Amino acid sequence: MVTLKIDGKKVTVRKLSTILDAARKLDIPIPTLCHHPELSPYGGCRLCLVEIKGSPKPVASCTTFAKDGMEVITTSPHLEKLRRTTLELLLSDHPNDCMVCERAGDCKLQELAYFYGIRENRFIGERRSYKKIDNNPFINRDMEKCILCGQCVRVCNEIQGVGAIDFAYRGLKTVISPPFEKDLNCEFCGQCVAVCPTGALTGKMWANKGRQKFKEVETICPYCGCGCNITLHIRRNKVVRVSSKEDSINGGWLCAKGRFGFSFIDHPDRLKKPLIRIVPKNQEFDSSETKKQDLLKNFKEVEWDEALNYIVTKLKEIKDRHGADSIGGFSSARCTNEENYIFQKFMRAVIGTNNVDHCARY
Amino acid sequence: MTNSLQEIENHDLIFVIGSNTTESHPIIGLKMKKAVRKGAELIVADPRKIDLVRFSSLWLQHKPGTDVALLNSIMHVIVKEGLIDEKFINERTEGFESFRDSLKEFTPEKGEKITGVSAEKITKAALMYGNAVRPGIYYTMGITQHSHGTDNVLAIANLALMTGNLGRECTGVNPLRGQNNVQGATDMGCIPNFLTGYQSVEVSAIRKRFEKAWGVKLPEKKGLTATEMINAAIEGKIKSLYIMGENPVISDPDMNHTMKALKSLEFLVVQDIFLTETAELADVILPAACFAEKDGTFTNTARMVQRIRKAVEPPGEAKEDSSIIIALSEKFGYQMQYNLVEDIFYEAGSLWPALAGITYKRIANKGLQWPCPTLDHPGTQYLFKGGFPRGKATFTVVNYKESEEIPNDEFPLILTTGRQLFQYHTGTMTRRVEAINNVSPGAYVEINPEDAKIYGIKNGEIISVTSRRGSIDIDVKISDRPLQGVVFIPFHFSEAAANVLTNNALDPIAKIPEYKICAVKIQKKL
Amino acid sequence: MEKNIIIKVCMGTGGVASGGEEVLEKFKEMITKSGLNVKIDTKCNAQKVGCRGFCSKDVLVDVIVDDVKTTYKHIKPDMVEKIFNEHIINGVPVNEWLAGSEYNDFHNKQTKVVLSHCGDIDPEDIDSYIAVGGYNAARKAILEMSSEEIVSIIKNSNLRGRGGAGFPTGLKWELGLRIKSDVKYVICNGDEGDPGAFMDRSVMEGDPHSVIEGMIICAKATQSNYGYIYVRAEYPLAVKRLQMGIDQCYTRGFLGQNIFGSDFSFDLKIFQGAGAFVCGEATALMRSIEGKRGMPSPKLWRSAERGLWEKPTVLNNVETFANVPKIILNGANWYRKLGTDRSGGTKVFSLSGKVKNTGLVEVPLGITLREIIYDIGGGIEGGKDFKAIQTGGPSGGCIPAELLDTEVDYESLAHAGSIMGSGGMVVLDENTCMVNTAKFFLEFTQAESCGKCTPCRIGTKRMLEILERITSGKGKEGDIELLEELGNHIRATSLCGLGMTAANPVLSTLKYFRDEYIAHIKEKKCPAAVCRDLITFTIIEEKCKGCGSCKRVCPSDAIRGTRKSPHRIDKELCIKCGSCFDACKFKAILKV
Repeated sequence: MVTLKIDGKKVTVRKLSTILDAARKLDIPIPTLCHHPELSPYGGCRLCLVEIKGSPKPVASCTTFAKDGMEVITTSPHLEKLRRTTLELLLSDHPNDCMVCERAGDCKLQELAYFYGIRENRFIGERRSYKKIDNNPFINRDMEKCILCGQCVRVCNEIQGVGAIDFAYRGLKTVISPPFEKDLNCEFCGQCVAVCPTGALTGKMWANKGRQKFKEVETICPYCGCGCNITLHIRRNKVVRVSSKEDSINGGWLCAKGRFGFSFIDHPDRLKKPLIRIVPKNQEFDSSETKKQDLLKNFKEVEWDEALNYIVTKLKEIKDRHGADSIGGFSSARCTNEENYIFQKFMRAVIGTNNVDHCARY
Repeated sequence: MTNSLQEIENHDLIFVIGSNTTESHPIIGLKMKKAVRKGAELIVADPRKIDLVRFSSLWLQHKPGTDVALLNSIMHVIVKEGLIDEKFINERTEGFESFRDSLKEFTPEKGEKITGVSAEKITKAALMYGNAVRPGIYYTMGITQHSHGTDNVLAIANLALMTGNLGRECTGVNPLRGQNNVQGATDMGCIPNFLTGYQSVEVSAIRKRFEKAWGVKLPEKKGLTATEMINAAIEGKIKSLYIMGENPVISDPDMNHTMKALKSLEFLVVQDIFLTETAELADVILPAACFAEKDGTFTNTARMVQRIRKAVEPPGEAKEDSSIIIALSEKFGYQMQYNLVEDIFYEAGSLWPALAGITYKRIANKGLQWPCPTLDHPGTQYLFKGGFPRGKATFTVVNYKESEEIPNDEFPLILTTGRQLFQYHTGTMTRRVEAINNVSPGAYVEINPEDAKIYGIKNGEIISVTSRRGSIDIDVKISDRPLQGVVFIPFHFSEAAANVLTNNALDPIAKIPEYKICAVKIQKKL
Repeated sequence: MEKNIIIKVCMGTGGVASGGEEVLEKFKEMITKSGLNVKIDTKCNAQKVGCRGFCSKDVLVDVIVDDVKTTYKHIKPDMVEKIFNEHIINGVPVNEWLAGSEYNDFHNKQTKVVLSHCGDIDPEDIDSYIAVGGYNAARKAILEMSSEEIVSIIKNSNLRGRGGAGFPTGLKWELGLRIKSDVKYVICNGDEGDPGAFMDRSVMEGDPHSVIEGMIICAKATQSNYGYIYVRAEYPLAVKRLQMGIDQCYTRGFLGQNIFGSDFSFDLKIFQGAGAFVCGEATALMRSIEGKRGMPSPKLWRSAERGLWEKPTVLNNVETFANVPKIILNGANWYRKLGTDRSGGTKVFSLSGKVKNTGLVEVPLGITLREIIYDIGGGIEGGKDFKAIQTGGPSGGCIPAELLDTEVDYESLAHAGSIMGSGGMVVLDENTCMVNTAKFFLEFTQAESCGKCTPCRIGTKRMLEILERITSGKGKEGDIELLEELGNHIRATSLCGLGMTAANPVLSTLKYFRDEYIAHIKEKKCPAAVCRDLITFTIIEEKCKGCGSCKRVCPSDAIRGTRKSPHRIDKELCIKCGSCFDACKFKAILKV
């Protein structure tokens, strides 16, 4: 453990903690755009500079270990001027089209520009412009908004282990790109979207669906058994976006299904009314689209009461004729505990059979 | 899982066998990759060159269905090298002696002959696992979906027991559950032999407690498993099925057989969110709410009970599954009265102590792992600390058996099935997500480049794959992932359903079908 | 008695470029024809003597008759016959082609340690190196010395990193030795990237074994068993010769297992860089070897603690390693005394620009800039006035005439607002525009910025834009202050050395040549008449003879006039290329 002073406050942190870690422990805000606690130290944005007593130059707090007896100052006119100039430089190479940007209100660069009150820019000059090559269905890549914080590159490489993107070119023309500047072709986990501090990377399916005033609902992903925590962003009774909080068992990481696979919820094919078969079953299985439309002709829409009464009549009849064990029930690994509990209770207590199972084996 | 998700990154060795973790459990895959980044060694045993192989220090490419031989010869080396945990064996297990003797014949050389993995690699794997301090074994359906799946699981248990690698933090055996609440559905008693909380239906004292709670007499005889019910339907013993949220037409082996069974029913009720392939055969279809439209809990693969919350209203007149069943049972004259969804959960907790300490309030922000018997219990991060519930764990002698269907001249290739990254299960949900279909448009069969050469087939060509049960036409994807002689088909796609081909041979104990191995032939389309 | 005749033809990169191969062929042809027994060496490179660093006089040819050496300069193939007939057959040197005193002065005033064998030995033959004492130092270090002893000698020698930063080499090695690890690395940084600099290149091409030997000694000193030489792929000859050297060492048992019969092992490999300036930065270089993009990483750890693949790594530059064998053989005191109190030994510079003798010079540290420019360099070309000297490559600064007596060492140069860098020295004369010079260097650093940190990536671009504005006559009030602020900002906030020093050319010229900036901005004039947008060409009627030379060369038809009467330049059409100015024999064109 090492003990140091930050802005006059003492703090003790584990060895090999950075000054930034220590400051966060004290809840002292230090602006940064490229730091992520799960990713390797980077030191690219140069906003988190702090002064250390006895050191001639400010240092980046995200890439300097805290040392015993260190005295750190996180804010001073000099430091604020440096941060402001760095921000001005970043904004001088940024479209600044917050009006129409997907991330407005949720953008770290915008937030800092707001805090530092940057309206004018002394460094207006050439800005990067890129031809968009973006046919992939998941991720919008607006590289003009990229501030080259490198978080997407690191998350893809270090967390996902894929390495689908990296830096290309040098100087002002530096850009994050898939190999040979082709379209993104990867696992589409969207981890890069989750860490991007600006509007450079956004989900295609939540474009123009609304930026603020979401209802956010914490729930669990409906796919595999990992049990990832997800946040559904709701607008007008529609799930418009999925995200995940960093302090969850999945650490905020998701896969393509969990992050992007939610549009089935309001798919037009969802069943909306109980259906009763009106044509006897004899057709062979056919999955073609026209067949699917025809299929609905085999059924008629009924009210709930009618459907339930029909089921009760039929099941009672079969039970009377063949006994309770001639009836079986499959429950679902996609239903809740409560629903599964109710289902087996129904099969056992109401129908009177232990013929209840689910797909645990497949 | 005996361990929990947060422990994965702190293993010093991870042994993955029969699990394509990065595609089937992507986030657990991430945690394994993190462990590797932090210095853990990774052993992957898989007939396919799955993505995880890239991160491994040792890859054992054994022939499909030879897991027991592989594991036994690894254990042979562990015994020979004196890497067993005698204290653990003495204090916490029984039956070691005869088990040890059974391993004698499984020399690495014999292992090599059966599995195709070199004796050297088998020895290396044994030394790595045997010397590890915090090893975790991970497996999924690659182990279980065999006609000898139970044997495979027992062999894994033997390996962990003999090295004492159970019941410690970051040390254990971890089957990964493939679906978001497969753990919960089982916990709740949706299995024919157990009531809620793995309490046997055949023990009268247990039944009595449930009868008291539910106010009815309960059936005494254990029921049929899903696969048995399908067979029983064909035999005419099962007349009616009530299917809530499952799509057995696509997910069960031997699709033609399944369809025949469902069609022969007198009465089929399907309750689902879409008109699934199974619902097409129903007499009544009930529209259900999906996960985003209801409150409740899911239990993940690490026994963590977590809250799900209603975010949007269900479409049309669709209803939550629980309210449908409650309404139905009322019409049967049986009252199920719950004021809140959480009351159902508490009723389950009152019958199964492992859940008794969990309340919706406690899991509002973060889930709890069962067993959690009291309100001040922190939940159980890993199982079997200090002992096993049944007292001493038993070693089981496991002998290598061949799979049911072995390739022959007519059906010379092994078909193995599984998932791929983008689609999920029978595709009911993911195949209705346009973006996902865009990157994963349809079915394909993975064929080793050498086999492709032999058959003279090209990438993207459509071929027919035929087993004793049926035939499908499917796109070819030439890939170095499968071993030569093995083809792989993901089972998500109804238009070229892998389960038309698969064998419904069952494991005699678990009744799990042999999805991982059947014999097929491939033919060029003219 | 037969005479012992040796001919050495310079075939370094410079020599080859000037036609060395053809000269050598011609000599061979003459020898065959005459039937004389003459031994041919190719100096600088071909049959393998290293570059002597006086490439402006290439092709250089030594004719050595019974140990009496005569050096010819600017030799072309058609001159060979005459030299052969008059000098070799008849024994009378061809006086008009002799390199002369200039050549001798250039060499005699230097102190050659690193370059001592370059131009003398065959770089492709290990025996040639061994014949001048090569590998004695490595053998001694491996067989007779402890790691601690080696470290202590290097420490006492005051050798400092020749890559530019000047970190004491002994201290670096001491740290490398102290850190325990199963795997440690020694890396030689041969990623010489400063435009116009070729010090390391000459050493790698002319004396590759000295670098390998230095690395072997370092490996022993730091107990490392693995080494890399990082050379840019644009140095194919260096790569070739180093590889030959390494192969020869493996054959002799100087590299590999149990070297020199000891129980110490050292494996050495070449890694070819793709040619990014920033890869000369230690952390970027290591990332590059790891197969990643060459980008500097934050120095949470020193390389000696966690470097290549997170393993302890000692990294020095080519020249540093080349010094090591000599220090081991001659002792720390000998080396230390060559330099100043704080910096021991010599340093090689690549002297270029408007100086008479351009080429490589090796001088003891502590020598003054004036001595380098006037005594060795022979003063300013064309008798013009000295204006400034730019040292340290693109990240260096410009030092004005009044500081010509500055001693050349790490601290004094830094004090003068520049850096030692890897040893580039560009002499600027009165006809140089300092604003334009600063712009030139900044263009380079901006283009080579790895793009990782904001100040370097965007800041240098914005500075460059301001400089472009100023040199094109669009400079504004406040631009100088903005440049200064931005320059200081980049210096204070950049991640790596490239960024931290990128503004030096601007800041140092602002310090010493502020007037030129003011002239550009306020008067829209370029005092040195260099910046095209700020100059005009006019024909002085009185001087114009109407010869038409200017009209003929004008690419934009901007010059009008009839023969024998004064011509005129149409300012609208003039593109200010300066062709007319150069073409006029009567100095009738005025450039202001």
